[in-house]
Amino acid sequence: MARSRGSSRGAVAPPGLVTLGGARSRGGAGNLNAFPLWRYIVVVVVVAVGCLYAAPNLYPPDYAVQISGRGESPTVPEHVVALAERAAVEAGFEPTRVAIEYGQAVLRFRDNETQIRAQEIIRQHLVRDGIGDDYIIALNLASTTPAWLERIGGARMNYGLDLSGGVHFLLEVDMETAVRDRLNGFEEEVRTVFRNERLRYLRPIDTRLQPPEIRIRFRDEADRDSGRSALTGRVHEFDLSTDVIDGDPALVMRLRADVVSEIEDYAISQNLISLRNRVNELGVSEPLVQRMGRNRIVIDLPGIQDSSRAKDIIGRVANLEFRLVASADHPRSEVETFPYQGRDVDLQRAVIATGDRVGNATASIDPETSMPQVNITLDGRGGERMHEATRHNIGRQMAILFRETLTRSHYEEVDGEMVLRQVPYEEQRLISVATIQAALGNRFRITGLSQNEARDLSLLLRAGALAAPMYIVEERTVGASLGEQNIRAGFLSVAIGFALVMTFMMVYYKLFGLAANIALAVNLVLLIAVMSLLGATLTLPGIAGIVLTVGMAVDANVLIFSRIREELQYRSPQAAISAGFDRAFVAILDANITTLIVAVILYAIGSGPVRGFAVTLSIGICTSLFAALMVTRALVNLMYGGRNIRQLAI
Amino acid sequence: MSESDLDIDRRNVEKRQTFWEFELALDFMRWRKVAAWASGAAVLASILLLIFKGLSFGLDFTGGTLVEVQFPQAVDPQEVRVELQDLGYENLVVQNFGTPRDILVRVPPDVVGDEATVGDALIQQLRTVYGADVTLRRSEFVGPTVGEELREQGGLAMLAALVLVMIYILFRFSGKFAIGAVVALAHDVIIVMGAFVLFQWSFDLPSLAAVLAVIGYSLNDTIVISDRIREEFRRLRRETPLEVLNIALNKTLGRTLVTSLTTILVLAVLFIFGGQTVEGFSEALIVGVLVGTYSSIYVAANTLVALGISREDLLLPVKEGADQEGIEP
Repeated sequence: MARSRGSSRGAVAPPGLVTLGGARSRGGAGNLNAFPLWRYIVVVVVVAVGCLYAAPNLYPPDYAVQISGRGESPTVPEHVVALAERAAVEAGFEPTRVAIEYGQAVLRFRDNETQIRAQEIIRQHLVRDGIGDDYIIALNLASTTPAWLERIGGARMNYGLDLSGGVHFLLEVDMETAVRDRLNGFEEEVRTVFRNERLRYLRPIDTRLQPPEIRIRFRDEADRDSGRSALTGRVHEFDLSTDVIDGDPALVMRLRADVVSEIEDYAISQNLISLRNRVNELGVSEPLVQRMGRNRIVIDLPGIQDSSRAKDIIGRVANLEFRLVASADHPRSEVETFPYQGRDVDLQRAVIATGDRVGNATASIDPETSMPQVNITLDGRGGERMHEATRHNIGRQMAILFRETLTRSHYEEVDGEMVLRQVPYEEQRLISVATIQAALGNRFRITGLSQNEARDLSLLLRAGALAAPMYIVEERTVGASLGEQNIRAGFLSVAIGFALVMTFMMVYYKLFGLAANIALAVNLVLLIAVMSLLGATLTLPGIAGIVLTVGMAVDANVLIFSRIREELQYRSPQAAISAGFDRAFVAILDANITTLIVAVILYAIGSGPVRGFAVTLSIGICTSLFAALMVTRALVNLMYGGRNIRQLAI
Repeated sequence: MSESDLDIDRRNVEKRQTFWEFELALDFMRWRKVAAWASGAAVLASILLLIFKGLSFGLDFTGGTLVEVQFPQAVDPQEVRVELQDLGYENLVVQNFGTPRDILVRVPPDVVGDEATVGDALIQQLRTVYGADVTLRRSEFVGPTVGEELREQGGLAMLAALVLVMIYILFRFSGKFAIGAVVALAHDVIIVMGAFVLFQWSFDLPSLAAVLAVIGYSLNDTIVISDRIREEFRRLRRETPLEVLNIALNKTLGRTLVTSLTTILVLAVLFIFGGQTVEGFSEALIVGVLVGTYSSIYVAANTLVALGISREDLLLPVKEGADQEGIEP
């Protein structure tokens, strides 16, 4: 009974050390716990790469003021940078570094306080010189990561709003209105077709939303059939079918599902474009404006504290006007002059149609001439007016005017203090002047543009068209002080949790505990590296996820070590190590895969904070698997593998 | 071997185990009926609490407005409430949050007019009355439809997690283990939700994340133990199923306790140092880890006994079938 002999000899060993007869471990033990070289290389390479990509998080960012150009030329000229620098220096806020990065001026400062005061001073000076509204002057955290690290894609983790402070909006786009508007447009079109073809039908046309369809009743079936053939090929957005409604033969035009989702996509993208334009005014260095789900838009504005001003600016709309270019003999009192491509253009004051009549505007290529063009679709009323205005004016020019409310900043002295005032004003500019080639209806196109011009024009048309209405359905503001407190609390929890778990492992598992602790550290480094590489956003629930990962990550090692302890009763140390790792493997894999399933579900259904938690949890599961199975094993092999050992410090 | 030799031997065995990892031979299954009654009672009580008292859903799920502000000095919530009532909102809740200087104001979702501006109006009013030193800590507004959707999504997520996990275990183990795991998970989720009602914790999005994390954690435990039960069933030939379960539970007990301990350790740290935002999250998870640890021992194993688990459920038909003949007496 080798077992009892071994144990009785163990009486001299300190508690916690298991002594066993070494006879059996001598023979084949050498290759039991030895990794082939490539496995060590894999471990070393992964850990090295992990350290490399986690490293950017060690470089705390500088508090900076970022100046970027607004409008067409985003590059900030040298003299503006010099002006900003001089302004800051004169006020006693010497920047630590001034540079132009990607066309934007970045002035770095010592601390948060200096940064905020410097931003104020710089804005005052730029406004005084009359160029304050040409540039966005934003607070920013400038990266201090060495250039070579950035070149290989290294970057810090982004902080979520709950850590950086800021405003979050969730907007809902009213899709019903978007679809209803388009349906009404189509209804007008149907009327126009019937009027032009002199077809009879029973009024009123019944247009409904659920499901989206237009129902037209006729006096008899002959009328219906001619109605149907008139519409076929004209309105390809619909599926046509015949029916009998209230005893009358009827034609049912059902809006196709793909057209509905096209309308919805369009409404969203239109709103996204105008929102991005608005948000730029807020002077946020890294705003996020993103579609979420079918009908929602998320806006994250880090650093913004004043949510009512943000709402004010977001809520603004731009507009469009289609107007005729005035002929030379037009009364001067009815003419307005606007600059366009270096010349002055006189427009009639009368407006043909406004942006809310624009249903769609897209840039495309004319298949016949292969020339870029912009296709514009107006609603029924807009189409009628366009027809009225153009049929007698073929050969004249029509212009599109873009009107937008912006703010102009200036400083006023109130009680000896300079106070920033932002006054709204309307900006108007011509975005297109084109010759009318024929009487236009509700669908027409503008040709003779370059590809870029066509794209820009369609974007502006969409931004100016009144999009489907939006409502704020969620809003969260986190104050800067709470954000800072959250960061401190989060990192403190990670540090203390980490220390406690490590201490426990060292006491309970001795040398093996040390191996597990190194693996845990590697796990944390890899987790941070993967999150930085994926550009994941760190939130407070995300930190909670990391803390939980630290607690649970040791589970795999605990499983292995308790198995080794158990196997030591029947086997030699070398065989016990090997059996411990092997037998625990299945349980570890099953347990982690099931937890991963839960994490993935969390990610799929969750939003905001829940997602942050799910991301760290799932990345944590993967990295802890690697750490426990590869890193710990490698360390244990290095410590014990291939040697004649009599006792394990476990 | 003499009597005294054995004594020395026993002492050595005990000595080499650290403080709680004795050579355990606890008869877990002896208490299985008591445990079943206790679990049943706890689940029933939780369900009754959930039905008759109901979860107090947080802002995320009900919709409404919440504003947290910090005053330069301590303030009386009652006084703040009176000042804010002038704005004409019904059912304002004003309370201290953390310190006497921090005030939390909640407005239910049934406000007339533009709900998204309620928060701005509150802050404006507070600054007018108490001066500009009132700092905004956070302000949240959730529309009623969003809240309703989140509630649905939350329920859906839990169901999806249970079903997917069940399918996975069905493939990896057997039907009986799948049922055992899911019974244990449902047990844990219901009791944790019951704890939310009992302690009047508000149930918000981080709480939901916590409940789902409980599912993940409890599952982890249950799987590890199930794995061991399967292994012991294949290894041990003479023991009754109850004895096999006891052996498997004893052998995994050390690991179960150590992992629960390290997890509760970090959760306690999170509770103490993590700040108000993650407080509810860590509370829920601490309850969840305790219940989960218990359920992986008693509920999952108990369900296996109730379903009449036997060696045949776990035999690999081809591999083990061959040598079975030789072992049967």
